[in-house]
Amino acid sequence: MLRRLLLLRETILIGAILLLLALIATRFPGFIAPRNLAGVFNDTAPLIILALGQMVVILTRCIDLSVAANLALCGMVAAMLNVAMPGLPIPVIIALVIALGAVLGAINGLLVWKLAIPPIVVTLGTMTIFRGIIFLISDGKWVNAHEMGAAFTGFPRAEVLGLSVLSWIALLAVAVFAIMMSRTPLGRSIFAVGGNPHAAVYTGINVGRVQFLAFVLSGALAGLTGYLWVARYAVAYVDIAGGFELEVVAACVIGGISIAGGVGSVGGAVLGAVFLGVVKNALPVINVSPFWQLAISGSAILIAVAFNARAGRTKGRIILKSAEATP
Amino acid sequence: MTKPALPVVSMDAITKTFPGVKALDAVRLDLYPGQVTALVGENGAGKSTTVKILTGIYRPDGGTIRIDGTPVTIDSANAAADAGITAIHQETVLFDELSVAENIFIGHAPRTRTGLIDKTQMHRAAEKLLREIDAPIDPRTRLRDLGIANKHLVAIARALSVDARVVIMDEPTAALSHKEITELYELIETLKSQGKAILFISHKFDEIFRIADRYTVFRDGAFVGEGRIADIDEDALVKMMVGRTVDHIFPDRGSTIAEDVLQVAGYSHPTEFADIGFTLRRGEILGFYGLVGAGRSEFMQALFGITKPSKGVCKISGKIRVIRSPADAVANGIVYVPEDRGRQGAIIGLPIFQNITLPSLGRTSRAGFLRLAEEFALARTYAERLDLRAAALDQDVGNLSGGNQQKIVIAKWLATQPQVIILDEPTKGIDIGSKAAVHAFMAELAEQGLSIIMVSSEIPEVIGMSDRAIIMRDGRIVAELEGDALRPETLVRHAAGITASPQLEEA
Amino acid sequence: MRDTVQPNRHVPDRLTSRAQRMLRSWEALLLAVAVAIFMLNSFASPYFLNAWNLSDATFNFTEKAMIAFAMALLIISGEIDLSVASIIALASTAMGLAAQYGAGTGELVGIGLVVGLLCGAFNGVFVTILGLPSIVVTIGTMSLFRGISYIILGDEAFRGYPADFAWFGQGYVYWVFTVELAIFAILAVVYGVLLHKTNFGRAVYAIGNNPTGALFSGIRVQRVKFILFLLTGLMSGLAAICLTSRLGSTRPSIAQGMELEVVTMVVLGGVNILGGSGSIPGVVIAAFVMGLVTFGLGLLNVPGIVMSIFIGLLLIGVIALPRLWAMLRQGRRAS
Repeated sequence: MLRRLLLLRETILIGAILLLLALIATRFPGFIAPRNLAGVFNDTAPLIILALGQMVVILTRCIDLSVAANLALCGMVAAMLNVAMPGLPIPVIIALVIALGAVLGAINGLLVWKLAIPPIVVTLGTMTIFRGIIFLISDGKWVNAHEMGAAFTGFPRAEVLGLSVLSWIALLAVAVFAIMMSRTPLGRSIFAVGGNPHAAVYTGINVGRVQFLAFVLSGALAGLTGYLWVARYAVAYVDIAGGFELEVVAACVIGGISIAGGVGSVGGAVLGAVFLGVVKNALPVINVSPFWQLAISGSAILIAVAFNARAGRTKGRIILKSAEATP
Repeated sequence: MTKPALPVVSMDAITKTFPGVKALDAVRLDLYPGQVTALVGENGAGKSTTVKILTGIYRPDGGTIRIDGTPVTIDSANAAADAGITAIHQETVLFDELSVAENIFIGHAPRTRTGLIDKTQMHRAAEKLLREIDAPIDPRTRLRDLGIANKHLVAIARALSVDARVVIMDEPTAALSHKEITELYELIETLKSQGKAILFISHKFDEIFRIADRYTVFRDGAFVGEGRIADIDEDALVKMMVGRTVDHIFPDRGSTIAEDVLQVAGYSHPTEFADIGFTLRRGEILGFYGLVGAGRSEFMQALFGITKPSKGVCKISGKIRVIRSPADAVANGIVYVPEDRGRQGAIIGLPIFQNITLPSLGRTSRAGFLRLAEEFALARTYAERLDLRAAALDQDVGNLSGGNQQKIVIAKWLATQPQVIILDEPTKGIDIGSKAAVHAFMAELAEQGLSIIMVSSEIPEVIGMSDRAIIMRDGRIVAELEGDALRPETLVRHAAGITASPQLEEA
Repeated sequence: MRDTVQPNRHVPDRLTSRAQRMLRSWEALLLAVAVAIFMLNSFASPYFLNAWNLSDATFNFTEKAMIAFAMALLIISGEIDLSVASIIALASTAMGLAAQYGAGTGELVGIGLVVGLLCGAFNGVFVTILGLPSIVVTIGTMSLFRGISYIILGDEAFRGYPADFAWFGQGYVYWVFTVELAIFAILAVVYGVLLHKTNFGRAVYAIGNNPTGALFSGIRVQRVKFILFLLTGLMSGLAAICLTSRLGSTRPSIAQGMELEVVTMVVLGGVNILGGSGSIPGVVIAAFVMGLVTFGLGLLNVPGIVMSIFIGLLLIGVIALPRLWAMLRQGRRAS
């Protein structure tokens, strides 16, 4: 029954996204042209990648509010590396930022695992610390397009089979996470830890370690996105992606990931992100000020979380025989 | 003395200390293949610590664990699984969001060559295991869609999936119905015939004598004795457990019929209970008996305002009262001592006196402002009346024993000077000696005119203490018994829903 | 039953005297830290020990502390409100809008407080009536409230507040003592009494330690929590009045990130982030400590964003260090 319900949640989201597209198309048919949709997806790619990491963290009953700051710090490091060593190949830069992001995530994870500090406190703290560090290393200065190499900024924008590399990376990340969550012991442990941490201990799962790994995953994805973001927009400064962590959490909550842990799916997280991406891209088209974006994602969080709670509410024990027949 | 060859597991001189407490003091425990060993002891004897050491959750401070005579270190749940030790726990500890097969194989799922979980293989293996224990469950079902009994079967299948040689069952029957318990016994026989060693932990003596081959007794964290069940009787085992014989005599109570205090009619809930109606008189003890899950606690919590009934009327001293919250209930003189003391009873983190005065703050304070002197005075009165053992009244209740915490919960409610007190399993998990004290105190309270509703699953307690008893089954009242009709066999028959079957009377 | 029964044994009220417990408290340690920082600052900069400079320094914490008092109660009860800075933005925007239409100081104050109260009620409804986790709800309203400010203001700013409105953020009650400092002092007493001397405060502690147990003890848990959200909203509205008055303008990015500093202040004050314990005197001292640190760093010309590193480190360090210390001690005892 729940499987049907979960499917229902994803169908609802797909339905909502299609309805939204249809509504916009009645006024602006150009919006649903394949070319434009590819653009929308490309715009949403960073959100999708980060939502995957955040999903894993939320599934283990934690939250990572430092993703956007992590992204900005890794992006700044990537840009400065490119300026300092223009010859450094892109794959090396990518490997470095993923490693750096993972290390930053590991700091969150260690504080949660070894010192049992509530994740919200840890990541609120590291969020400001990471932003402060960007200021320290960059001296508050911007790294602009003309300072970056053509290869550096060109990579995520390069087109392969009609989609940008950025989009392909997002699709690859989705595929990897889908397999990881359903077919690896780590994926199953993540669900187990969030669903019933007490029981997880008895089945030989180290709850803290799984939470730590979730933060590392989230951090690594933030690091990767940091490079992609800076390269795509060809600028790096202290405040890039400011407040983006809220959008990421919003994508997860809209996608039906329960903040109480243990419930959620890769498909949900992706659809939640796509939903927000469509809304964001549609706003200028239908002539609404982009300043509506923040309020819309806030409302979306509230509506989604209220909806989740309704669906997941326990109805009490069923003792009466007559009640058992008609649940 | 037909001792089978060698124990599979042998714990020797195992010691475990927690800050301030010696949980285990050089205990030993041997488990033999194809035999059920019952570990017997009062609460706090060290049974669950032993289980946690065997399953790798705790590490012992000293002593040796031998498997087939070879010393081993069990320092993690995985190490325990590798050693062939598996446990089925008190509450079925499983994962609602995962499928049945994933629950069975979490931690040791079959893999494909690429290192991914091999779902086909896993489902096939799960099907085989479930067939072995006659569980008609599809391994692809999500666990949350199963009922409690089927979840239990999944837990057992999980225990068997690791190719276990030792199966630990920690209070396995606590949440099961009569029929399910019978099925569990059959399963244990199957496991025995496969040569598995079983460690069986239970508070129920009838179970122990029904299913166990051997016993080991712990008292206060120390080893007391062991032997074959066939060589011992119930009294002797109890004597080993508590260190003396216990002749439990319920207090004598003269019944004086007085006026009605509480009248309940037509209380119903969409899923939990239906059409509950009864009368409670002043100074009366009214027992509520039924199997676990019959809806007794659920009804009591509705009466106390925790959950909302869909319909029903409640009259207190003849006047209709609407109880929407526990605060309303307390204001109307109804209080509730819950079964789950840790979560619903004492407030760990607050000092003793604040726990006792919490519902009575309206009386000890003035215009909403606290008056500590009044609070201490009130707390002292009831702490002394209940003979509380504590260092000081500003001590955190978390540092007290379970029995003393229970006293604080009762003191808290008596301090509100209620008319009706609902005691939900008042002696569950309390050692035999303290039970008598609780019973005597209940009798004293009734004597003083307090009306008591006692929810109990222990037949002797219901019969020994109640003036009248109501029996519930499947969320409904099925009988109200009084006087000579209040006999063990009638209670069991009504609770189990059997009209007349004499062979059940020995239960 | 193990020892022979001694009926009605006497149990003393307290084992340790009040003075003993005070000496060993977190608050005492914090006070020592505050004194140390004060002395360090006065050595580090000749400008520090100047009444007017010190008076200016109090602006570093007065507005945050107003919210921190209510937040302390909320966190002790086991909930949290991350939307406080956004409530400031929305309340400030509402006041700015009203000022455009010629509202006087009295109306502006009323609008600020009412908007704060409404925002608190909005959070409270989601948490207590719909039963949703406060972290998610207030992350949502954090976006929503500030988002409404952005919708109204875009990249504009409101100025043009009436002249006497400046009194709240720029006025003095006596000599170097600012109006904000006076409000801070009054609120410290009010919240101290509320938490430590009333039935309501006791209920807050009970709920934070065991919400189910509190409910089963006849406490109206949801009502208490709802009131706490109202108070937090009201205090955010008050802080919005002071901040707007002090800055003399409203932008939608006003008070950005202040929720972090408020939570840090509360946690630094010894309030358990998981609920159940903490005190108002602790929060008061923590406010001074944070004010002194930021002021001292300011005197040393450390830029604001770098100061936020200190705030972040402080937040984590204050929770991490006692736990590390306990782990080390346990490790030593075991070996």
